[in-house]
Amino acid sequence: MNRQHLNTWLLRHLQVALASLGRLCRAPLATLMTAAVIGIALALPTGMHVALSNVQQLAGGWDGTATLSLFLKQEVDEKQAMQLANRLRAHPQLATVQLIDPDLALEEFQRLSGFEGALQALKKNPLPTVLVIEPHPQQSTPEAAEALLAEFNQLTEVDFTQLDLQWVRRFHAITEIAQRGVMVIGLLLGLAVLLIIGNTIRLEIQNRRSEIEITKLIGGTDAFIRRPFLYNGFWYGLSGGILAWLLVTLSLWALNEPVERLAGLYHSEFDLSAIDGQTLGFLLLGSTLLGLFGSWIAVGRHLSSIEPS
Amino acid sequence: MIHFENVTKRYPGGHEGLSNTSFHITPGEMVFLTGHSGAGKSTLLRLIGLLERCTRGQVRVGGRNLAKIKRSQVPYHRREVGMIFQDHRLLNDRTVFDNVAMPLVVAGLRHQEISRRVHASLDKVGLLNRERVYPITLSGGEQQRVGIARAVVSKPPVVLADEPTGNLDPTLSQEIMDLFSQFNQVGVTLLIATHDLELISNMGKRILTLSHSRLMRDTAASRS
Ligand SMILES: Nc1ncnc2c1ncn2[C@@H]1O[C@H](COP(=O)(O)OP(=O)(O)OP(=O)(O)O)[C@@H](O)[C@H]1O
Ligand SMILES: [Mg+2]
Repeated sequence: MNRQHLNTWLLRHLQVALASLGRLCRAPLATLMTAAVIGIALALPTGMHVALSNVQQLAGGWDGTATLSLFLKQEVDEKQAMQLANRLRAHPQLATVQLIDPDLALEEFQRLSGFEGALQALKKNPLPTVLVIEPHPQQSTPEAAEALLAEFNQLTEVDFTQLDLQWVRRFHAITEIAQRGVMVIGLLLGLAVLLIIGNTIRLEIQNRRSEIEITKLIGGTDAFIRRPFLYNGFWYGLSGGILAWLLVTLSLWALNEPVERLAGLYHSEFDLSAIDGQTLGFLLLGSTLLGLFGSWIAVGRHLSSIEPS
Repeated sequence: MIHFENVTKRYPGGHEGLSNTSFHITPGEMVFLTGHSGAGKSTLLRLIGLLERCTRGQVRVGGRNLAKIKRSQVPYHRREVGMIFQDHRLLNDRTVFDNVAMPLVVAGLRHQEISRRVHASLDKVGLLNRERVYPITLSGGEQQRVGIARAVVSKPPVVLADEPTGNLDPTLSQEIMDLFSQFNQVGVTLLIATHDLELISNMGKRILTLSHSRLMRDTAASRS
């Protein structure tokens, strides 16, 4: 008996859900427009979140290893640079010393960046010789790295030095701020979606005013009258979420090629990763809940004011 | 079946739609309600269907005191009271079948049961062959019959009609009244508001006459 009750209950919900979907599909343009507004509003924070996690993933690879870059003065020639590199290789606290030849660097930059013309116009190679140094792991604490940095700054061949650890730290601080920003934008746009759906449902309630009146007249409960509107909100939210996903995926796809080229410039195998399952799940669940909640609010506010006379 | 005890309905603004009215309609009775325009006929019917609540006094339907029915319980009360209006109140974007099926859908009946009952109800009002058309394509009399089919499809013990023949010619009006008599013969309690004294005078039913919000006269049935 109970099981049969449950079955008829489910069947009735399924009917209402499909009827609501059918009704929305019969006005495809209006439905698509509402879904598109929701989709765009949700694609923004989602896209930003995905971009940010890509950037963080990129930065994650650098975490912990402090890399020092020594930019040599322009007047230091190739031989002097080699000598310096060899001297540093003997340094007990250093693990690797890599010399980056300015000519090779320029050539590669030209090849990969697409700025060939502009770079060929230069009379002189503007790139300095760079020594990229990695300290031994025990030396890679920020303090030890800072000490090394101070030491290398004293070298006459060195123009200036750069500690990548610092950059990574700043970068982390920046991404944290960006994350907060994405959250705030997400919240604001979520609120906007709530209002959009609420307003759409409000208009639908007004359009179906006589239907609601008559349904109340013949003994329709509030729950019965509310149900199709809630399902409308559900479908709006879900379709908006799916559209947002499509938009973000398309944007990532469009960005992938240039990003790959840029990564090539940095000798990185970096690949833009798409929306992960968790984010997608959160997006679809969130958009659906926003749809349900938005219509719930609209229905609660406007349905009780319609009474048959 | 329907008890009014010193019932007063005061509308917002202070105007009394019904003043200190008492009467009793027994189960299975068919009663007409007449009176000049603005006398309070619609107000009285609306109180029974809980479209309005009375300001003073007590309305009881089927033994239940309507003042005790909470807002959330009102729909269940309305399922026990079929209502018919002069303007039909049909949905023009649904077929005749779907319009008549509404009370059963709302009550959560199964599909086959709905189909069976809707057909029986349409058969009774003589519109079985029009179930697939939209109400807008029907004549006024036919639309009114669809409204009647909808009001009786769930077999409510009480049926109210507010000027059901208001826009119809005498022949059609008579047909509608005959239909009501048939429902009455199977035990439905009917209360019908109308201006058409000529039409009801030779039906020999009980007539309640309202005037200026008060019950002026209660004419007993001349034959039963
Ligand atoms: N919603 C309302 N608000 C205020 N006054 C109302 C309302 N409804 C009806 N009235 C007043 O109550 C009185 C009775 O109205 P009611 O509609 O019951 O009359 P009636 O007998 O049905 O008239 P008619 O034959 O014209 O339909 C009238 O004076 C009317 O103006
Ligand atoms: Mg009236």
